[in-house]
Amino acid sequence: MTISLLRCVAAASTLLLTALLPAAASAQSGTLNTIHQEKSLYRNILVTEDDVRRCMRFTITELGGQNQSCHSLDNPDKLVFPYAKMVLTSLLVQDNPGRILIIGLGGGTLVHTYSTLFPQAEIVVAEIDEAVVSVAEEYFDYKSTDKIKTVTEDGRLYIKRASLRNEKFDVVILDAFNGDYIPEHLMTAEFYEEVKKLLPANGMVVANTFSSSRLYSAESQTYAQVFGKIFNIRMANTGNRIIVASQQPLPDKATLEQRAAAMGDRLLKFDVKPAEMIQYIKTEPDWDTEERVLTDQYSPVNQLNN
Amino acid sequence: MSSSSIASIASSRRNILVLCLAFISGFIIMAIELLGGRILAPYFGSSIYVWGSIITVFMLSLSIGYLLGGRFSLHNPRLSLYGCFFAAAAALLLPLVLWGDAIMEAMFLRIEDPRYGSLVVSMLLFFLPTAVMGMIAPYSVRLLVVDHERSGHIAGTLYFISTLGSALGTLATSFYMVLWFEVNQILLTMSVMLALSGIIAISAGRKVIKAAPVSI
Repeated sequence: MTISLLRCVAAASTLLLTALLPAAASAQSGTLNTIHQEKSLYRNILVTEDDVRRCMRFTITELGGQNQSCHSLDNPDKLVFPYAKMVLTSLLVQDNPGRILIIGLGGGTLVHTYSTLFPQAEIVVAEIDEAVVSVAEEYFDYKSTDKIKTVTEDGRLYIKRASLRNEKFDVVILDAFNGDYIPEHLMTAEFYEEVKKLLPANGMVVANTFSSSRLYSAESQTYAQVFGKIFNIRMANTGNRIIVASQQPLPDKATLEQRAAAMGDRLLKFDVKPAEMIQYIKTEPDWDTEERVLTDQYSPVNQLNN
Repeated sequence: MSSSSIASIASSRRNILVLCLAFISGFIIMAIELLGGRILAPYFGSSIYVWGSIITVFMLSLSIGYLLGGRFSLHNPRLSLYGCFFAAAAALLLPLVLWGDAIMEAMFLRIEDPRYGSLVVSMLLFFLPTAVMGMIAPYSVRLLVVDHERSGHIAGTLYFISTLGSALGTLATSFYMVLWFEVNQILLTMSVMLALSGIIAISAGRKVIKAAPVSI
């Protein structure tokens, strides 16, 4: 009873705010225009555009909240966010994926990048929110093709069913997190075990997550328990960090440098220079290793993120 | 609801006990409903229909519980039977802790559609304990009511107390308990609280029966 009531109140106040805020916001932001706005079952989706880029946001105001995904208007290959560059750095671990699974679509930046880099690869995207898929299609040139398959499903369910079908993915990218709310069941040791079952011997998981709060330690500890050593890619001035984990031992620094050299200019069109990115890969724990591991039984991730 | 009117109902020890136990059952119902989302998420996700399934099943089982509890209250209303409801709810919570994962796994494999999967699992895991806890509210009203003129007043006070318990149960679970304990630890604690409540009510009921012949 209490829950349904709470939800009604929350929905009503969101409606009120949505009605009041756009006018105030556009008055202040000048050239930033809202070109689309909708309430989905899970969030508010806002598409904004200025002279240089178009962004998808999961928030009710144009001022608050983070951009989920942005497209550069003059050059669609240009990666607007450091996190996407950090994700590409994981190619130093596994650079020839035949099948890629991406959990969380957003504006489809990662799908675009990986399908450009690996046109032969089969990419499956699991996105819980149908509305995000249609906004990505309409405003961010996202298209399902014979190589790109879009599934409207909770990521954990897709992964559980895929592993029952004995499917394998060379790369699993977890990109289902935004700053406001984190799906608790996508951060537990049991979930990572399920992800691990999808990976072939040389497969890897790449997760785009947070770089601060107690959750940073708890999440790192959980990955370390399931996978052993992990790569932790961190850059200054971004709230993101990228975790790379694999069944196999991760390459050492010399191997990374060799691979970066071999990769050459392949990532240059995305403005990524692998040799320069190596310095951001942390291999030793820089978190509180006493922090409690997250499990299906214990996952107060949103509380830990405060 | 002024505090003086609650005081008038809480005039006897027995009534205080009934109000306290109604508070506890309200607390536990919502704590379990809230944990329901957490329990189902690994198998059925956190989509909106998972909450839909859980809330549907809780409302359905409470409604049937109200009906049954009202029926039971017609014949010889007594604290000992009231205590048995708590003891039964305590026992019926245990399958959730002991076999919850096995049941969810089995249903996950059998039912492809997560909407019906989560609905069936919610029925299997939550229907019986919640229905029994639903029996507590109307039975409490019967234990408290002495004359029909005050029946509405008493029912109102009882809803006030038990729904306040629900509010606190929701808050305490979502803000604090999940931060400190595992889901199963919280469920076991709830089961122990229900069992203790049952024992207290049953033994209080026995005293009344023992005392009765002397007063006659």
